[in-house]
Amino acid sequence: MGLIIGTRKGVFFLDADASRSTWTLGEPHFLGHIAQHVMVDPRNGTRVLAAMRTGHLGPTVFFSDDRGATWHEASRPPAFHSAERLARSLTAVFWLTPGHASEPGVWFAGGSPQGLFTSADGGDTWAPVDGWNDHPNWETWAEWPEQNTPDGSMLHSVIVDPRDPAHMYLGLSSGGVFETTDRGTDWQPLNAGSEATFFPDPYPEFGQDPHCVRLHPLQPDRLYQQNHCGIYRMDRPEGRWQRIGLAMPTEIGDIGFPIELHPRDPDTAWVFPMDGTDVWPRTSPDGRPAVYVTRDAGGSWRRLDNGLPERAWFTVKRQAMTVDDGGPVGVYFGTTSGEVWASTDEGDSWRCIAQHLPEIYSVEWA
Amino acid sequence: MRIPTPLRSYTNGEPVVQATGGTVDELLRDLDRRYPGIRFRMVDEQGQLRTHMKVFVGDEMTRDLTSAVDPASEVTLMQALSGG
Repeated sequence: MGLIIGTRKGVFFLDADASRSTWTLGEPHFLGHIAQHVMVDPRNGTRVLAAMRTGHLGPTVFFSDDRGATWHEASRPPAFHSAERLARSLTAVFWLTPGHASEPGVWFAGGSPQGLFTSADGGDTWAPVDGWNDHPNWETWAEWPEQNTPDGSMLHSVIVDPRDPAHMYLGLSSGGVFETTDRGTDWQPLNAGSEATFFPDPYPEFGQDPHCVRLHPLQPDRLYQQNHCGIYRMDRPEGRWQRIGLAMPTEIGDIGFPIELHPRDPDTAWVFPMDGTDVWPRTSPDGRPAVYVTRDAGGSWRRLDNGLPERAWFTVKRQAMTVDDGGPVGVYFGTTSGEVWASTDEGDSWRCIAQHLPEIYSVEWA
Repeated sequence: MRIPTPLRSYTNGEPVVQATGGTVDELLRDLDRRYPGIRFRMVDEQGQLRTHMKVFVGDEMTRDLTSAVDPASEVTLMQALSGG
């Protein structure tokens, strides 16, 4: 067991012993390649998918069934249809999500531009999800052909309802949160209550910038969202986001990229606040890194910085924070400065378990 | 065809390989039959050469995949190593 780290310069396995106290960093895989997101399949515990590209080669997906001893490239990587009306070309596979437990070979991939793709054979062959990519409103929702985020617009946070594989969510940065109840044939915006301060109307139907959306597997009617404009929770069937980040300390604010949930407690979530003032440094407020946790579904937040550096200037990206299923739960995050920090007491204390890695894009427990 | 280092994982490390076709596009499609997956890393799904790819037919650079190639041509694939 351990962590799989996707970085700007390759993939790393960071293995833990049974007590999660000793960590061993392996050699890089795909050295020099951009590993945007690397994810293990929780349904079999062995297959690892890696969303890869380089600065000069097109995007693709690799998979491994032996923890990286051998990798195989998708024989048909994610791509838009050839000769389509919008002439879209996928520049990055940004996000990977395993499908429903009842559909063991199914995966989803989110891209830049904001396409959605699916595989039914464990990531070997991929096809566009036409209901999303060719939705009559896609150009409007995705603000095509604008690219309104610094690294290009991306589709992320693909979520499959554990009760129903036809019910899914996704997030657009920017564009908002969207929902389907018919396996992706049709989609609806799901952004009521979610603020977009960068528009004249701060509460539009869509156009928001969710950074990371999570659904609690034991309470699938509960969604959490770390947005460009705050931290939110939604309890279905009500379709309105509640800004739980307003309970954060004012001097910290509620801006950030990741949000992670306790696997057994739907009221517990961790975030990593960042500085969203001035030109948005995206570092920790005042350069003092801290995780914040809520134990009451966002009613209150507690600072967790024991062991973290007093001052530091890194960013934690949206896929670069994760949890394990241990008791107590382990919480992990990777930084843009190439460090991995771990807590095996649910955030009460932290220690650095890897350093001097390339810029970290994703951290996933395997 | 001369293969740049970032693509030699597809050609089993070979820097020079053979492919057949009357145009650059036909050459790249034949190359992909011999080395599956290599074409999509260079050419996107709309048939456009990716931004940092360069193709030389002899000494002439082209981005037009319909460019004719004669049987004796040496075609060199090059890349601006963006990223850093």
